[in-house]
Amino acid sequence: MAASVVVVGAGLGGLRAAESLRAAGFEGAITVVGDEPSMPYNRPPLSKEALSAGVHVAELEFRRKPSVADVNWQLGSQVISSDLAARTLTLADGTQLAFDGLVIASGIRPRRLPIPGPETGRHVLRTAHDAMNVRNYLTPGRSAVIMGAGFIGCEVAATARGLGSEVHVVAIDEQPMIRPLGAELGLGMRSRHLKHGVDFHLGRTVREFLGGDHVTSVLLDDGTELPASVVIEAVGSVCNVEWLQGNGLDLTDGVLVDQGMVVHSEVPIVAVGDVARHPNSLFGNIPRRIEHWNMPTETGRRAGASLAALLRGEQPDQGPFSAMPAFWSDQYHYKLQSFGMPGIATSIQIVDGSADDACIVEYCDDTGLVGVVGVDRTAELAPYRKQLLDR
Amino acid sequence: MVIITVDMEKCQNYGQCCFEADDVFALNGDGQLEYVKEADESRRADIESAADICPMQAITVDKK
Repeated sequence: MAASVVVVGAGLGGLRAAESLRAAGFEGAITVVGDEPSMPYNRPPLSKEALSAGVHVAELEFRRKPSVADVNWQLGSQVISSDLAARTLTLADGTQLAFDGLVIASGIRPRRLPIPGPETGRHVLRTAHDAMNVRNYLTPGRSAVIMGAGFIGCEVAATARGLGSEVHVVAIDEQPMIRPLGAELGLGMRSRHLKHGVDFHLGRTVREFLGGDHVTSVLLDDGTELPASVVIEAVGSVCNVEWLQGNGLDLTDGVLVDQGMVVHSEVPIVAVGDVARHPNSLFGNIPRRIEHWNMPTETGRRAGASLAALLRGEQPDQGPFSAMPAFWSDQYHYKLQSFGMPGIATSIQIVDGSADDACIVEYCDDTGLVGVVGVDRTAELAPYRKQLLDR
Repeated sequence: MVIITVDMEKCQNYGQCCFEADDVFALNGDGQLEYVKEADESRRADIESAADICPMQAITVDKK
């Protein structure tokens, strides 16, 4: 009988891995298990245009290549445990699923902080369902408290202001998006948000949610009380790896893989996307998880080819993995774009423009340029990207 | 032939496609996307990569 592959996770990484298995000549059965009811769809619009205009998940679905038309999509079901040596998975309803090869594409979920007070009115933003719930609250005159000033928090802040909500952003950081962008550009982005009426509470944490059944206000650590029709928690992520526990894998910060996205195991297993901690030869081959939109596609391509080789009994390509991390963010009419890994920089310099206007920012460490960010300067970033590829 | 269509309502001019197939997609001096609507079949893999990596999923690739 031909080999079979199970892909755990029906997001972009799972889809791209399935397509790549087919492109690499794998002809066996592929089953994709996803805990959401939807086919793979594009998540970035959930904090931006889809949140603003209304969430229609069918419109966000990725086009799927004809090669994956015969994939068995097992949606709305969750893998809860695994016995990798026995090559079996257990689903939440108790069914067992056998595999010859496995793709770990289970991704991440929003981190939740244990904070006292009512639970109703507290929301996260990861799925289309989450976005639909949040959308109902973002109306003129109502107050949204956003916890976290990373990309998702800031994008939701911009969208909520566009919808007429009063917006408060609470974050422990000194500036919005400080980890990826640095303090100076973070301050520049903050001034853009201030201009659009966002109220920041930086260096602050939430002590308690107040209200009866539903949150009505948020109490900060300095005693400030903010009115809240809704709380949106965007304070980072947790890897969905619990189902892999007990198999002796390295699960510290995602799933450790090699340059071919292969998990160190007796069994053919690869990991892709947000959950894969992978080396990148452009940045010293230090294994890192990179939660940028283009990485599920890049890692998925490589992983599918590796797994197809393993299932043929061949050695996967041992060449370096050198995909360029890239991210984008739209806030109001401002467009941020980045290449490389600005977050690992030790020195940051604005080389053109100014932080509160269109600008190009270089991020360096002791090896040279490690990242670039442009605000409203997209077309001019190509030479920087080339320089990063030539590292 | 490969037929390329870009939904210009969706396109946000991020230019990711240009890095996958620079003979098909380019940003002009104003930073706006320009592209050729037909390409040789031999260019299909790169053009499909460009469609895959478009953050707005604005590119459609067909056959003629």
